[in-house]
Amino acid sequence: MSLSPLQLCLLFSSALFCVGLVGALSRSNTILVLLGVELMLNAANLNFIAFWRFSPSPSPATGVMFVIFSIAVAAAEAAVGLALVIAIYRHQKNIRLQEANRLKG
Amino acid sequence: MSLPVQYVWLIPLLPLLAAGIGAVTPRGGVKIASAAAIGAMVLGFFLSCGALATALAHPAAHATANFAWFDLGAGTLRLGWVLDPIAAFMLVMVTFVGALIFIFSTGYMHEDERAKQFFCFLSLFASAMLGVVIANSLLLLFICWELVGLASYLLIGFWFHKPEAAAAAKKAFITTRIGDLGLLLGMLWLYDSTGSLLFYDGGHGVLEPTAVANLNAQLVFGGLALSTVIGLLIFCGAVGKSGQFPLHVWLPDAMEGPTPVSALIHAATMVAAGVFLMARVYPLLTPDALKVIAFTGAITALMGALIAVAQNDIKRILAFSTVSQLGYMMLAIGVGSWVAAIFHLLTHAFFKALLFLGAGSVIHAAHHEQDIRSLGGLRGPMKVTFATFAIGMMALAGVPFLFSGFWSKEAILHAAHGWEVSHLPFYMGLTAVVLTAFYMTRLMAETFFGKARTHASEHAHESPASMTIPLVILAVCAVALSLLAWPSPWLQHILDPKAHAEGGGAGLMVLSIVLVAIGIGSGWAIYGRTTREKATSADPLAARVPGVIAFLGARMKFDELYAATVFQLNAALATAADLLDRYVWDAAVRLLAQIGIFAGLVNRETDEDGLNGGFDATSESLRDTGKAYSRAQTGDAHGYLRTVAIGFVLLVLIVMLGGRR
Amino acid sequence: MILPLVIIALLTIAVAAIAMTLRNLIHSALLLIGSWAGIAAFYFWAGAEFAAFAQVLVYVGAVSMVVLFAVLLTRRSRADLEVAPDAIGRGLGAMLAGGAVLGVLFGAVFATRLDVAPTAAPTASVRAIGQQLMGAHAASLLVVGVILTVALLGAVVIASTDREGGKEDAR
Repeated sequence: MSLSPLQLCLLFSSALFCVGLVGALSRSNTILVLLGVELMLNAANLNFIAFWRFSPSPSPATGVMFVIFSIAVAAAEAAVGLALVIAIYRHQKNIRLQEANRLKG
Repeated sequence: MSLPVQYVWLIPLLPLLAAGIGAVTPRGGVKIASAAAIGAMVLGFFLSCGALATALAHPAAHATANFAWFDLGAGTLRLGWVLDPIAAFMLVMVTFVGALIFIFSTGYMHEDERAKQFFCFLSLFASAMLGVVIANSLLLLFICWELVGLASYLLIGFWFHKPEAAAAAKKAFITTRIGDLGLLLGMLWLYDSTGSLLFYDGGHGVLEPTAVANLNAQLVFGGLALSTVIGLLIFCGAVGKSGQFPLHVWLPDAMEGPTPVSALIHAATMVAAGVFLMARVYPLLTPDALKVIAFTGAITALMGALIAVAQNDIKRILAFSTVSQLGYMMLAIGVGSWVAAIFHLLTHAFFKALLFLGAGSVIHAAHHEQDIRSLGGLRGPMKVTFATFAIGMMALAGVPFLFSGFWSKEAILHAAHGWEVSHLPFYMGLTAVVLTAFYMTRLMAETFFGKARTHASEHAHESPASMTIPLVILAVCAVALSLLAWPSPWLQHILDPKAHAEGGGAGLMVLSIVLVAIGIGSGWAIYGRTTREKATSADPLAARVPGVIAFLGARMKFDELYAATVFQLNAALATAADLLDRYVWDAAVRLLAQIGIFAGLVNRETDEDGLNGGFDATSESLRDTGKAYSRAQTGDAHGYLRTVAIGFVLLVLIVMLGGRR
Repeated sequence: MILPLVIIALLTIAVAAIAMTLRNLIHSALLLIGSWAGIAAFYFWAGAEFAAFAQVLVYVGAVSMVVLFAVLLTRRSRADLEVAPDAIGRGLGAMLAGGAVLGVLFGAVFATRLDVAPTAAPTASVRAIGQQLMGAHAASLLVVGVILTVALLGAVVIASTDREGGKEDAR
């Protein structure tokens, strides 16, 4: 079977999403986990653009709108996340995620 | 063989690829990186020759290849290449000199453990420079221009473990950035008033008569034509990049980089970018702007030559002579003869690269001794270097007839003589001729004659063939270029077919020959006849006029002047901002905070008495439930995420399989 | 028109995958910046120039700087940059979970009939985007502005040193 460009785009974003997921799951460094999550978010953004690009009747700039808002929120997330990393570092003198479990029940 | 304009982008692409190869080769891969860099340059040279053939076939046409880069709002931003004789000559020059300098570097840098990065940076630089040359859009030119600045920053600071080198790199970057701000402003203004940044675009480009006439017609403040203001703003960029007064201070410090870098960037190509830019936008320049350019050039030429007289570091002397020669080129543009400027740019590139590489050979042989007072007597052991350096020196000093520098300098002086506005720049140029001959004679006498004054220069030996062969080739070119261009006004005709050819005045030529003779004669009389005995013995000239030489030796105190004015101003502004921040804004914030605290107090009173009682009971029961659930919270963030992933998979499976049924 | 997409996709995925496996944290971060740039290239390919610029500005420009600062602020010695090898068990679990998600996603993509007719690339001029932002999505824009402000304040509060009690932590 031959793949349409849209399917290629979706495969691309799925693969990127899984790379981010595996990274976030396997690494112990909190910064890398955060970066993995960022990557997953970006992969999701890819889908917006892909569907916007290949939709039969693209309404003006809807996909772009989504991506812009998503990027804005992701930027906020990155800022807070990295601030958290620094706070964790100040508390436990390293940034290993599995040691950050003081709030566990 | 000819290269059509559609493919001219291949020329900068090649070194860019070489830089990429250099970047990804592992640390020990000097051979790969240098082979890629040299191969790209040699191939680029042949392509450039093809481009030259194309350009010479139709010298009057500006062949362009434009394309849309992206749409911005309603407009389209377009970039493109241009291939005309001036660009083609620059391409050939940059690739040829570049290739030779790359070859020289394999010898000069073979002991350095970061030589691989060095070749990577060199290739990046060459690529950016070639991009500047072929750009048909001021924006593309600006992009490449900044890349050139970046590469020069990396290369000047290549030995960044030396604090002086790191400081020099920063200084070069920041100083040129000041000029680039002007260029950026000029570019934006140009785009705003013409809606295009393409130089040539079939009648719609900014350098073509319609747009120029339009710009000339618009007046801004003070009755200046808009094109004057834009031209001067663009000139700011050229001032920074080409080391013109008053932004010349970075160029001598840039000598902290490895010598091939000095040869490539600060002699042959990068500093020439400013001159090239002015020659490129020449149609835009009005007589008012040209006046400023001419006087800036003349001041730079004279000042550079004066300071060079009192320097002792071999590379610094050459650096200030570069400043001075660049001043000549700007002078030529200012007096309306951009052809002479380009001619001098081409000849200067060859003989200044030759001089710098010769200096590199001396420094290499004398174990990194750069002070000419400590050298001496190198004529015997380093015959090839001596002979080629002497040719370069005579070309720079303007020894008549045989050497290319004479003809190009003559062209500039002739143009300056014919300038109807003022004769002052002409006389300043003549003075600089005497000084140039004088300080180059001093350099020769101190370095190569007399006897060796330190251990290092006693044991100097000739450099390896990879260093001497480029020297010989460049020396041949420094002579041969004079046969190429001046005796018949061929170059003039090719570059600017509209201008009427004029022969050099015989009287002026005699005058400048006499001046060169005076310069060399006095230099030899002071430094050559009785050579220095010890490295520490006093300079004969400094003994006669100590105050002047000390002032010149301190580079006319420009660095101190800037430290006292610009830096102080900056510090004062920073202090003011700090005070403003601390007392004005902070006070406002504190006031708001006090209001907030007061509101909070009122709030708490009502809260504690009225509301708390009811919530206590509810929260008691919630806490018990929470305790039960908290067992599931293991505190393992990875575990949570894994659970989410697996849950997602299960959900999708349920939906898909359920949907099928 | 397919070839650039394939090249961009392969490069981006490869760079991201390498970034996720490297031991050196700085190298990882730098490579990830590269893969963000690859995503921007994809937006460019798809004709969403504005989104591409936003991606470059926010991710390649700003977030990357924040990440690098975080990396540099949380290391104490050069050896700290070398992330310790992670537990094999967790790596295995990650591969399994990731593989399962990948399989599900790919299965979904392949199983869905998405035979859209190839259309010309839609255009999103900056003017249109600006009108949308200020018109139909004005409320969302305000909300995003508030979110960003609050997030910024929150980040400052979280990362700043404690005024009382945390004095020994501050050094």
